[in-house]
Amino acid sequence: MRIEIQDLHFTYPGGVEALRGISLSIASGEQVALIGQNGSGKTTLVRHLNGLLRPTHGQVRIGDWDTADQTVARLAARVGYVFQNPDEQLFCKTVQDEIVFGPKNLGYAADRIETLVEDALALTELADEKDTNPYDLSPTWRKMVAIASVVAMDTPLVIFDEPTTGQDAASVQRIAGVVASLRAHGKTVLTITHDIDFCAENFERVIALSQGKVLLDGPVHEVIDQPETLAITYVDPPQLTRLGKSLGLGVPVRSKAEFLAAFRDLVGR
Amino acid sequence: MALVNLHDVTYKYPLTDTPALKNINLQVETGEFVAVIGPNGAGKSTLCYTIAGFIPHFFKGELEGTVQVAGLDTQHATLSQCVVETGLAFQNPFNQISGAKFTVFEEIAFGLENTGVPRQAMIERVGQVMDLTGISELAERSPYSLSGGQQQRVALASILVMEPKVLVLDEPTSQLDPIGAREVFQVVKEMSARGMTVILVEHKVEWIAQFADRVVAMQDGMIIMEGSPADVLTSSLLADSGFGLSRYTQAARDAVSRGLWPEQMRLPVTLQEAVDGFSGLLP
Repeated sequence: MRIEIQDLHFTYPGGVEALRGISLSIASGEQVALIGQNGSGKTTLVRHLNGLLRPTHGQVRIGDWDTADQTVARLAARVGYVFQNPDEQLFCKTVQDEIVFGPKNLGYAADRIETLVEDALALTELADEKDTNPYDLSPTWRKMVAIASVVAMDTPLVIFDEPTTGQDAASVQRIAGVVASLRAHGKTVLTITHDIDFCAENFERVIALSQGKVLLDGPVHEVIDQPETLAITYVDPPQLTRLGKSLGLGVPVRSKAEFLAAFRDLVGR
Repeated sequence: MALVNLHDVTYKYPLTDTPALKNINLQVETGEFVAVIGPNGAGKSTLCYTIAGFIPHFFKGELEGTVQVAGLDTQHATLSQCVVETGLAFQNPFNQISGAKFTVFEEIAFGLENTGVPRQAMIERVGQVMDLTGISELAERSPYSLSGGQQQRVALASILVMEPKVLVLDEPTSQLDPIGAREVFQVVKEMSARGMTVILVEHKVEWIAQFADRVVAMQDGMIIMEGSPADVLTSSLLADSGFGLSRYTQAARDAVSRGLWPEQMRLPVTLQEAVDGFSGLLP
């Protein structure tokens, strides 16, 4: 489902101007990472997509809907949103109930709910914990419950707000797997992240915000190749991109595989 | 004697059968900067709570062994004695903000008010620490109106302002932008250079390698390795146990398996080491 944002401005009550004219479009099935310094407007921007915030000026369209005309409840059928802090969204007694809640609320048929919940449990490796109270799980696994409960809603657009915060290597891998699965199912994914290595390895397009405006927007290789511009919004290029540049590889690399291929070329030259 | 001294510490949370910490022995010297790494569930946060005295005073449960911090035996001291010596910044800043204050400035002053610091000294110290952590512009904002990363800086500032002897930080940069995270490491390093003792839990191996004096690796409630960043962070034992290594180390390990990096050559942890290592392999 296509997202169209036109000249979006947002000022919080109290006068903080968080968004200052954002225009962008995201095609159906695109996987986009949203990066930028703390307070640059990332969370404010994505909260406009599911109607939690309403534009002070400008327009946000999700498919054929203008979000200004829709309730948060209706938008939930199109936009799934995984909060930065899982504790803000979990309230059921068991993991299973938590994951069932979303699709049930959207009025899906019982057999569809069953399949979606099972798939979400499997994808997040939570099948063995389905009868556990989410608050008996560690924060890492609570995050996975939050992700599963949104994935099970089967919305065309899925938003993650800093999914890898405080997660160890295995868990980051698991989250990358969720993103890959959503991509395979043709979902549009928008992920806020400070983990630039994770961003480069898993997303094709990267948008960098700075002070409520779009600073960079393009294919991942172009964005990570602009250290001076990224520094404006407090982002360093990925580790291997920096290494590649220092070694004079000649092309920006985003992963170990790309780095080693480029390095081998350089050695062979 | 070491400023922080854990001797044979085993701990179980209430209503649990498996210890979260098992036979922990850890000594940290005054002014030392120790980073604690490990997968989720390894016991890192539990270790933080134990050093800060929140275990057993707040979390209860069964604690065996002795924990001595800045001359206090934490089990027999009160929590209010412990918090004067040890500052703990929580993993989740939302859990740390008092909820009793309307502005960031007042929030940071909260601990000083409770320990009876004179008004003028309080104003000066809050101002200095806001400068240090880069949040002066947020002074008049409500702590709850801030972004996650801004809240995290406030949480850090409200601990630093107490000038504790021991600073315990549980993933203090998890929500910060990349350059902001590096700045926090620099601030922490500076505090340690001034004599503050630092115990820091983090996943950001690149900055640990650059700033920490010593690395402690935990898994399943135990310390499985400790030593210099260069030794611990390149260990194949850790790589094979699911610890996150820096991309530089990972790339070099892959290069070893492809015959590009000689097996006997030391693996890099930092950018500079990786640049030196890989450029040395060029014809």
